[in-house]
Amino acid sequence: MVGHTAGALWVIPALPLAVSVVNLFVGKRLGRWSGIIATVAVAASFAVAVAVVLDLVSAPAEQRLEVQHLFDWIVSGGFAVGADLQLDALSATMILVITGVGSLIHLYAIGYMAQDPRRGRFFAYLNLFVFFMLMLVLAGNYLLLYLGWEGVGLCSYLLIGFWFDRVENAEAAKKAFITTRIGDTLMLVGLAVLVFRFGTLNFETIFGSAGSVLTRDAATVISLLLLAGAIGKSAQIPLHVWLPDAMAGPTPVSALIHAATMVTAGVYLVIRSHVLFELSGTALTVVLVIGVMTTLFAATCALAQYDIKRVLAYSTVSQLGYMFMAVGMRAYGVAMFFLVAHACYKALLFLGAGSVIHGMHDDQDLRRMGGLRRAMPITFVTMTIAALSQAGIPVLAGFYAKDALLEVAQRTDRTAVYVLGTVAAFLTALYLGRMLFLTFFGAARSDAAEHAHESPAIMWIPLAVLAVGAVGAGLAIQTSPEGTLSAFLEPVVGAVPLGEGMALAALITIAVIVAVAALALAWLVYGSGRVDPFALRERLEPMATAAERGWYVDRAYDVAIVQPLKAFARLTGDVVDTRIIDGAVNGVGGIVKRVAAGGRLVQTGAVRTYALVLFAGVVVVLGFIGVRA
Amino acid sequence: MRTPIAYFLLLAGVLFALGIVGVLVNRNALRIFMSVELQLNAVNLTLVAFARLRNDLGGQVLAFFSMVVAAAEVVVGLAIIVSIYRRRRSVDVDEVRELRW
Repeated sequence: MVGHTAGALWVIPALPLAVSVVNLFVGKRLGRWSGIIATVAVAASFAVAVAVVLDLVSAPAEQRLEVQHLFDWIVSGGFAVGADLQLDALSATMILVITGVGSLIHLYAIGYMAQDPRRGRFFAYLNLFVFFMLMLVLAGNYLLLYLGWEGVGLCSYLLIGFWFDRVENAEAAKKAFITTRIGDTLMLVGLAVLVFRFGTLNFETIFGSAGSVLTRDAATVISLLLLAGAIGKSAQIPLHVWLPDAMAGPTPVSALIHAATMVTAGVYLVIRSHVLFELSGTALTVVLVIGVMTTLFAATCALAQYDIKRVLAYSTVSQLGYMFMAVGMRAYGVAMFFLVAHACYKALLFLGAGSVIHGMHDDQDLRRMGGLRRAMPITFVTMTIAALSQAGIPVLAGFYAKDALLEVAQRTDRTAVYVLGTVAAFLTALYLGRMLFLTFFGAARSDAAEHAHESPAIMWIPLAVLAVGAVGAGLAIQTSPEGTLSAFLEPVVGAVPLGEGMALAALITIAVIVAVAALALAWLVYGSGRVDPFALRERLEPMATAAERGWYVDRAYDVAIVQPLKAFARLTGDVVDTRIIDGAVNGVGGIVKRVAAGGRLVQTGAVRTYALVLFAGVVVVLGFIGVRA
Repeated sequence: MRTPIAYFLLLAGVLFALGIVGVLVNRNALRIFMSVELQLNAVNLTLVAFARLRNDLGGQVLAFFSMVVAAAEVVVGLAIIVSIYRRRRSVDVDEVRELRW
């Protein structure tokens, strides 16, 4: 494609990178300007991205691909990796979400971090994250994608542990980094297998020749290795444990990295590699099963959390499970719309939660909130919109996302997926209703809640803009599984498979009844005042505590993996190393020392003894020579 | 008629044996020193005798070298003995045993 913006692709990631470097070195002296230039950089990236994407859209559908070769990155014999940026429908959707939602969150962060003395550093990391995320989705080969992949992991680590003076935050950062590293390592093995099989990591070559190069089993192996990376990054079972703890970071970080963008990188990776996954078939089934399990599992956990951010964290895990479900059914267009809608309403929920936390003077506990709708009307309205959107109330974005997914499940004869997805939808609406009623309704349950205040304009403006997205994203770009976005993505990922099934009206009716019933139940328990939710919880013990602790998966990992590994480390450290290896080294030294201690006694210092030995030696040598001759 | 080589070698052997015995039985550093000189001279005598037998001046040259090196060695050795004597008022080698383990 040759348009008038051709060649401007590199500007999109370059802007945040440049400002990140500036903030990294002189951010301290910039004061509040550090946040402003960071926001402007991402907003400018968004503007360039819009121009580039508009250019892309103006081209005929089959020509919508722009590749920009920046420089040769690695050249080693026949193997070459270039720094290639690639823009197609898939990456176009991603960069708009990243820079669009990203600039709103940056704007919000100016207000949220206004009192923090290290905000220059904060914005440097945040911009660096945007850079790496853009590299991830714009990459034209797997290695550049992996660079972005690890880069966002690093930024995630730095930002979760941003307030590292508290031990829990530092621990959470380490946990996030190490847990995702498990998946990343397997993914790297997958890349190695790709190099071994194809001799290149370029998307175009690999996807073009995959059918002839790979057997079904080889495709399964590669897909599952890549999937391991996606599972780690997108916090799916069994590597989901890091995301709830990652809430230790500042709330804008949770919104940007742990809701809207980075955690969706796994979904993106699978869609990008869909050729390999489809070749395997088995791998897609694995994706589907993991998606269903994660969705249900995380939804139950979200029901029992008291920390408002942990509710949203488990909710995010659950929603990512939905995206995996869509991908597992080859409904990539549906998954991508789900991703876009989720980016809007979940970022909004997080930013709203941040606003609540701000108004509550850093208290995140739902038990101490209540009645906040009077003090924080804008936050209340926008968060309610986001929650209703996610719960699946018609014409809001989340409704179209979830409904399309369930429609695909039902119409491709995956009844189990459809039923379980509907159950999860019920739980979703229930925990969102619970969160809303506990936060905004009833009486204030603490002094902080009584004296809460609305956040400044710089914080609620992004809320309002995102609310527009959470409401209108569906109507604007996708109102059915074969909507505008799916059609846009079709040249890259293929059409959404749809068969015959229940009538659309029936599906919608069921979905709406489920959502409304769940919200009504939430109102009855948490909003009506007729039930004491805390007493109800007592009656549900020990289930409630188990769900709050994430069904003790952390503890199970600790017992099954962490403690045995630590014991093994102690064995190798304290026994093998100090006793056996050090023992051998010190033992050799000791033996030499003892031999020397005995041997030096030969040196008597008596000259005549030396003379006698010398003479005897000469006699022996001469005698020896005489005998030989 | 020339003196047979055997006489020279016999004399040198006797001198050398005397030297060895002198080194081993004496305790006075000076006498040990003189015994060592005796051994050296025995070797020099052998060198010169063989030089005469073979009509080769090389042996005599080597004897000269040996004497020169011995002289230099004597200088150092005597100096050490003198300084030992100054410290201890004795040159008994059995008493000088500092250089041991």
